[in-house]
Amino acid sequence: MTTTIAQASILPADWRDFLALTKPRVMTLVVFTGLCGMLAAPVAVDPVLGFTAILCIALGAGAAGALNQWYEADLDAKMKRTERRPLPAGRMDRQSALHFGVGLGAFSVILMGLAVNLVAAAILTVSILFYVLVYTVWLKRRTPQNIVIGGAAGAFPPLIGWAAATGHVATLPILLFALVFLWTPPHFWALALFMKSDYAAAGVPMLPVVAGERATRLQIGLYTIPMAIAAIAPWALRLTGTLYGGVAIAATGVFAGLALRVSTRSTGAGDAMRPEKRLFAWSILYLFILFGALVVDRWIG
Amino acid sequence: MHEDDEKLIRTRQRGRAVVMGVLLGALVLLIFAITIAKIKAGGGQ
Repeated sequence: MTTTIAQASILPADWRDFLALTKPRVMTLVVFTGLCGMLAAPVAVDPVLGFTAILCIALGAGAAGALNQWYEADLDAKMKRTERRPLPAGRMDRQSALHFGVGLGAFSVILMGLAVNLVAAAILTVSILFYVLVYTVWLKRRTPQNIVIGGAAGAFPPLIGWAAATGHVATLPILLFALVFLWTPPHFWALALFMKSDYAAAGVPMLPVVAGERATRLQIGLYTIPMAIAAIAPWALRLTGTLYGGVAIAATGVFAGLALRVSTRSTGAGDAMRPEKRLFAWSILYLFILFGALVVDRWIG
Repeated sequence: MHEDDEKLIRTRQRGRAVVMGVLLGALVLLIFAITIAKIKAGGGQ
């Protein structure tokens, strides 16, 4: 470790390490929900400006991810899942990560403001600051409610996409925000159940570490209820057509079934945690399906 | 400094310079396309 840190202070980081700082896999979902928020808006968007808006959302998310890794390098070094990231692995110095994150974030907001509109730029700014300051700096190490409140950061993209298209916000994107916000706890707590030892080793107060498995399972079940309401509400309020309604009911039914299984079972030592892994995997697919259905519904409606 | 280290530094510097060049070129094209889109839309917002 001493050798790698010493090397990091001499060697310039590879460009691939800067790319890794942006958490490209997380960015996929952010870009997709932002794009769907934009395409679900009831106005035609110029392809170039639409592309620019999505690019800004991606760059803003990348900046937030880089600043998150800059701040959490010590935590990342303690977890198997994150120990190979550029900073804990000693492939980059912290100052480079900080400069990259701040520069990328400022660039994304300025470009959004100049090329798209100020409302989208303002929400993008709030989302970056929320993720970095509220979630990463303030909540993550202090409370097991970290991902409940911090989940708002990941819920902004559909709102930004809609604002980029229309210049304002409306009921539908607010419901999409609520959907992602309420989806985050069951999604992350399913992950935390089977990565519990990792979080415990790093001292992150995730719910399974602090309150135990039983309480976490109960919370997964409880949070699934308002999430299901938020998922079906756009159709129930006649903001979307029946295609979205049908897909939302079916996909949410599967989600609820998996969440029920997770919330009602108890495990012993050496359990493979298959239901939890299944819920985690489905939760990712679930958002893709719902947002995809929203766009198709808008196009055929 | 070891010869291998110097070689690695040069390789990384070259890689970063190439990526930076490509990104700056893409930015120029993007700004141009945005300008055209704004003109078509009637002079921006």
